[in-house]
Amino acid sequence: MTFLNFFISGVSLGSIYAIIALGYTMVYGIAKMLNFAHGDVIMVGAYVCFYAVFRFHLPAAAGVVLAMAVCTLLGIVVEKLAYKPLRQAPSLAVLITAIGVSYFLQNTALLLWTSNPKVFPSVVGHGALKLFGGRLSISHVTIVTIVSCLVIMTALSWFVGRTRMGKAMRACSEDKGAALLMGINVNAAISLTFAIGSGLAAAAGVLLCSAYPTLMPTTGSLPGIKAFTAAVFGGIGSIPGAFLGGLLLGVIEIFAKAYISTQLSDAVVFAVLIVVLLVKPAGLLGRQMQEKV
Amino acid sequence: MATKLVPVPSRAMVPERDAGRAPILECVNLGLTIGGLKIVENFNLTIGRTEIAGLIGPNGAGKTTVFNLLTKVYHPTTGTVLLDGQDTAGMTPAQANRLGIARTFQNIRLFKNLSVADNVKAAMTNDIHYGLFGAILRLPRCRRQELAAHHRALKLLSIFDMQSLADVKAGSLPYGAQRRLEIVRALATYPSLLLLDEPAAGMNPSETHELIDSIRRVHETFPIAIILIEHDMNLVMNLCEGICVLNFGRVIAKGAPADIQSNPDVIEAYLGRQKEG
Amino acid sequence: MKRLISLKRPEARRVYGTYALVTLAYVILQIMISTRTLSSSMKGMLVPICAYMVMTVALNLVVGVLGELSLGHAGFMSVGAFTGVACAILLQSAVPWAPLRLSVSMAAGAAFAALGGFLIGIPVLRLKGDYLAIVTLAFGEIIKSVLNNFYMGVDKAGLHVSMLADTTGLLPGGRLIVGGPMGIGGIRKIATLDAGFALVMIALIVVYNLINSRMGRAFQAVRDDRIAAESVGIDVTRYKMTAFVVSAALAGAAGCLFAMNYSTIVANKFDFNTSILILVFVVLGGQGNMLGSVAAAAALTILPEKLREFRDYRMLIYAAMLIAIMLGSNNAAVRNFFARLRSFGRASKEEASHGH
Repeated sequence: MTFLNFFISGVSLGSIYAIIALGYTMVYGIAKMLNFAHGDVIMVGAYVCFYAVFRFHLPAAAGVVLAMAVCTLLGIVVEKLAYKPLRQAPSLAVLITAIGVSYFLQNTALLLWTSNPKVFPSVVGHGALKLFGGRLSISHVTIVTIVSCLVIMTALSWFVGRTRMGKAMRACSEDKGAALLMGINVNAAISLTFAIGSGLAAAAGVLLCSAYPTLMPTTGSLPGIKAFTAAVFGGIGSIPGAFLGGLLLGVIEIFAKAYISTQLSDAVVFAVLIVVLLVKPAGLLGRQMQEKV
Repeated sequence: MATKLVPVPSRAMVPERDAGRAPILECVNLGLTIGGLKIVENFNLTIGRTEIAGLIGPNGAGKTTVFNLLTKVYHPTTGTVLLDGQDTAGMTPAQANRLGIARTFQNIRLFKNLSVADNVKAAMTNDIHYGLFGAILRLPRCRRQELAAHHRALKLLSIFDMQSLADVKAGSLPYGAQRRLEIVRALATYPSLLLLDEPAAGMNPSETHELIDSIRRVHETFPIAIILIEHDMNLVMNLCEGICVLNFGRVIAKGAPADIQSNPDVIEAYLGRQKEG
Repeated sequence: MKRLISLKRPEARRVYGTYALVTLAYVILQIMISTRTLSSSMKGMLVPICAYMVMTVALNLVVGVLGELSLGHAGFMSVGAFTGVACAILLQSAVPWAPLRLSVSMAAGAAFAALGGFLIGIPVLRLKGDYLAIVTLAFGEIIKSVLNNFYMGVDKAGLHVSMLADTTGLLPGGRLIVGGPMGIGGIRKIATLDAGFALVMIALIVVYNLINSRMGRAFQAVRDDRIAAESVGIDVTRYKMTAFVVSAALAGAAGCLFAMNYSTIVANKFDFNTSILILVFVVLGGQGNMLGSVAAAAALTILPEKLREFRDYRMLIYAAMLIAIMLGSNNAAVRNFFARLRSFGRASKEEASHGH
């Protein structure tokens, strides 16, 4: 039973990583950039929801929606101001800019909300589902997290595969120049990608803090790095890869904490990543880009 | 005057002067199939030790792919490549180069941020002899080797009259000079077989004429074999002693320039078949 | 041509110019210290600035010259710091003269970091681009995690190590050197500006000589066009490894110097944020530009201190400046402006020489 408990915890944590990893992978696919500021968007989302629900006493659902709206807007604004001017610049320049944005967000949060950790009471309450005569207890937070992930996965697959805008996003990921020549509004596609990624990051932030209730300006950092690792693990640029990578990473992390050591769990997670990349250099579901000679 | 081609025991044709020596290159049933698509199929070629050969065919015929197979950028799905008698299976491009095959690229691949001389010296990395500590401490052996390398590089550049451009950044050279630099860089690895991928692309007739002279000069100075991919028929017919024609990844004709020019399959490949009626 | 590098060639001017500038800065600082015109806060920053300069030059060798992104270089600093300091503590009685002890410790730190670079390089350098970057990040985190849980003590019986919990079982009179998350404490602060200056000069000499050698040309060839480099016989993996190991060694020495400036060091100090910090120095100073690296490391370490008057807003301003600089330096209009300035300068120089 404890094994199953751990597994479900792992899937829950992995769901959060998967939702965050989506943002990294979609932005990388379309803009070929590693958006290091993404982890801090998570933190902003969590703070917005915290203040909405626990200071202004809005209902939980409204808080979540507000957080997603604010972060979506934040994502679009950051893209227009900081990344769009650098579309033709070398990728390292954009990386450093993203780092600058990350510092900016963290320090703004520090100024606005101080570094005192906030306790984030769960948006879903503290109930739990008891199965197998009470031996297996799954908290409501876990259920909502996993279900959210499944819903997002389905919705995003439909959007990217079936809608016109989704196809435009995929076209831009393949070849921006050609997409432009085909009359696709590349700017809109890129903005939409950042918008979706950031909105999802807000949701992930709310779910993350519901499960792990401490909230500080640096809360988004480590999950951000791990989710980024998950995105690469699954194959950077691949949406199914982000889900797979995130879920696997969550499971591996919980099992490492449970069966190996809590302190070394991070080392184990990163070691697994390295081994996977050695065997599959483009990630689990990634495509090895063939260079034309 | 056209070179006389004679058959050799492997039943391929090489220049008469190379008949007594083993061929520098032998491709036997070379093929590359990717995802069910036969990019190159049943490619057989023998090149004499000092032959200048041409590899021609319409666009997309697989000519650069053949070069990539010879230089081990791609690994063949069937067949063998024998370079100077040695099977190159499993080799890396760097190993193949050390064995004696060098090339230029269809889309110029220079080391854009290095100077002209450094581009050539980079190709001599394996022929300059000092170790890491020698480099860091700039020991006398390092200084001597660097000086010798610099002189060698200038000498090679003088073949194409480029020694005065030695300190110019390669990326800022005009197009024609870049193409010539690529050839010098390839020569700096002292190959036995030099592959030139469309060396005259984008050149006007007078530049092409100079190029023909330069290639002839290279051929006279060094005892090497050269294979040329080219679309400029004037250059091909003037320079090449043996020509291999590719279409859709298969060889459709092989022989002396005169035979190729009158070969109906070759004409059809380039111009299409005359419509009936 | 007797001297291959005569002062006429622009790269030679830059190399010797850099040596001269760094030496000049050192001399000026020494004068300021002896005349007590240097504020104590600045004085305290001198050794860390030297360490960051060396780190930046080391990382620039990989990022700017070899052209590969490394996101875990703080890990090498960490290895160098821990092994170097442990070495210094173990040698406390055997080598009482501090400068020698410091030199030996930095060498030890460099050696262990180089070994780490070699071991990490074996899997890492086969990957390319962003995947190589993420694996270096992973290794950086692994090193941090492992060192955080590493215990080492010494007593009459010798060296004892343990992981996760302190089961070193030291005899009385023994000393716990590395104490897991508590790191190393009770460090004798033997790092000096002289040592820092020496290390910066060594790093510059090593890197500049390497760049101007056949290895350096190979690194740059791999950076500019890997496929072409292979086609001229360059063994890409081997040269990547050489650059990586040299860079790791320098980073390790820098880490040891850095650590010996504090009485306590913990593994968490050398984390992803430190790796990113150094990367920012490299990019801002110019990839491949060692003088820029040295200048950026100094300027960007001093800048947050100078911004102290803005108190709470200083990191925010720092971040905003970083973004502004990146946007500015990659803006086509700005670039054209500076290009025109440069060509104007060249034209007027030519005019001046032609006019006489």
